[in-house]
Amino acid sequence: MATQNPPVQGSPLVKAAQGATAYQYKPLSPGQLAWRRFKRNRMALVGLIIVILFIFTGLFAPVLAPYPYDKTNLFNTWRPPGRDPAHVLGTDELGRDLLSRLIWGARVSLVVSLTATGIVVGLALLFGFLSGYFGGVWDYTLNRAFEVIGALPGLLFQILLMLLIGNGIIQVTIAISILGWPGLARLVRAQVLAYKERDFISAARSLGASTPSIMIRHLLPNIVNPLIVAVSFAIPGFIGAEAGLSFLGYGINDPLPSWGKMVGAIGRYLSSPNYLYVGVIPTVALALLVLGFSFFGDGLRDALDPSSDRARI
Amino acid sequence: MLKYILGRLAGLVFVLLAVSFLTFFLMYNAPGGPFDELNQPLSPEAKANMIRKYGLDQPFYVNWWNWLTKAIQGDFGISYYYPNTRVIDLFARYWGSSLMLGFLAVAWSFPLGVVLGIVAALKRNTVVDQVITTVALVTVTVPIISVIFFGIAIFVIWLKWFGFNNGQPLYHQPPNAWVLPAFIFGLGTVGALTRYTRSGMLDVLGQDYIRTARAKGVSRALVIMKHAMRNMLIPLVTIFGPVLANAITGSTFVEIAFAIPGIGRFFLESIYTRDYPVIIFTVIIAATMLTVSNLLIDIAYTLIDPRVRLGGGH
Repeated sequence: MATQNPPVQGSPLVKAAQGATAYQYKPLSPGQLAWRRFKRNRMALVGLIIVILFIFTGLFAPVLAPYPYDKTNLFNTWRPPGRDPAHVLGTDELGRDLLSRLIWGARVSLVVSLTATGIVVGLALLFGFLSGYFGGVWDYTLNRAFEVIGALPGLLFQILLMLLIGNGIIQVTIAISILGWPGLARLVRAQVLAYKERDFISAARSLGASTPSIMIRHLLPNIVNPLIVAVSFAIPGFIGAEAGLSFLGYGINDPLPSWGKMVGAIGRYLSSPNYLYVGVIPTVALALLVLGFSFFGDGLRDALDPSSDRARI
Repeated sequence: MLKYILGRLAGLVFVLLAVSFLTFFLMYNAPGGPFDELNQPLSPEAKANMIRKYGLDQPFYVNWWNWLTKAIQGDFGISYYYPNTRVIDLFARYWGSSLMLGFLAVAWSFPLGVVLGIVAALKRNTVVDQVITTVALVTVTVPIISVIFFGIAIFVIWLKWFGFNNGQPLYHQPPNAWVLPAFIFGLGTVGALTRYTRSGMLDVLGQDYIRTARAKGVSRALVIMKHAMRNMLIPLVTIFGPVLANAITGSTFVEIAFAIPGIGRFFLESIYTRDYPVIIFTVIIAATMLTVSNLLIDIAYTLIDPRVRLGGGH
């Protein structure tokens, strides 16, 4: 709001303002309002901090990791955490430093999940816009793709796909993003359909705006909020999917570490509780990162959509 | 109604054709084959014979077509790895454990999730609500392999309350073999249902007819019991299909971790041995479960809620 209503005489607000040296009121942007609502949610803030810490760890993995992730030492295997100052979190069955593998695992997990998110968002925007804006053949194709991909048994199909394209970081990213985009594309399509007949779009068009300009300058801003919320919930899913595939042996290839692979490797040594720490460390990291993202997403949803909670009885 | 169902059935056939074609493409083009050294040590002549016998020297679409013409007659072929055993018989051997696990998981998690969701909605913005929604979020998002690892570490290795499976079907086992897997498998469903029920209940509670009933002096308890609950239960029907389909086909990780001889574990074994007839049959069964349960749920939905019109007509 650029102009303001005159304050009502005698209201507490006016008295407070009169008490102050000058009555200042600067209207807040939607982003500032959202941040203000977000800040009130303590869990969401904790989530944001966790996510930032993990992203920092992943970004600077080569600097932070005390050893190369694949450096083995067969004379120093199965060292529990806290015994050896040179290996704070201990070593695994090949004598590899667990802290270093944990740090590199953060990088792998984040690279895979964030790239998959990028792919899925790109495809969703492309097909959502085409189908929502132009309809017809695009709409038909999107719906059929949605049906077929929706009917695929996710994990079984991903394993088959990994079998064909082989293990690796790029391959896993492809396998987990290929099933995720139609749902998001339908979300984009629904938003485009909801807005494309609005007056402000007709106004823009009658003023001579081109179709790409309408899409990017007028429709996209209205799609961003629900898309951000959907994506913040999709990221934990991608992290879990990568970990799951790597756990089964159809994910990241050796010697690159993956938290899922680290959990899977412990399966053979479950007979003794002495080896459990090798699995505990990546499992905790996995749970923490995923929870960080989803608490952050939860707060984001409330912050971006203040009308989501309005029931009264 | 009949026209709608026929239309959906046609769509279902198209989807299953597409899924089977994709599966054939993936498995026939993946490196390795069912008669490699690793799986079945055969002499070169015998191997060539087997490959010719099963048509593996032909492109995948020829094999897909051959499979399809037999499959529509109910013949899903014979396992490559277990000679002379029909795929259906093999499947029947492993099916029961997965079914049992799925139903046990749904049986405890579905009702609990609904109750927790209603409680959270009624106690909205209180400590109770916050605890329930936080726990629900945790159970939904923590990856199943983390939950499994903690479950095994705490209850099997540390406390020794439960054991692993000894390879026998689940229904021939004492409770100590299936309580923990069913608990772990159901956890995600509890969280999902709690969140879903809570938001459905809040939607209903915000409706005008609830306010009207309250304004007319109907007690809070009665409004909740008679007006809110009935309408809140309708959206629950839609989520039951995916939950059930997942319960029956989605327990791969739990089966692997606890050595339960179910479909998911058997699928992974047939992936190792490249047992194509078993792979395609498992994928098709899972896809059919998913699509048919969605169709049935959509039909049930219109029967329960007359406001919904099928296919967007009228």
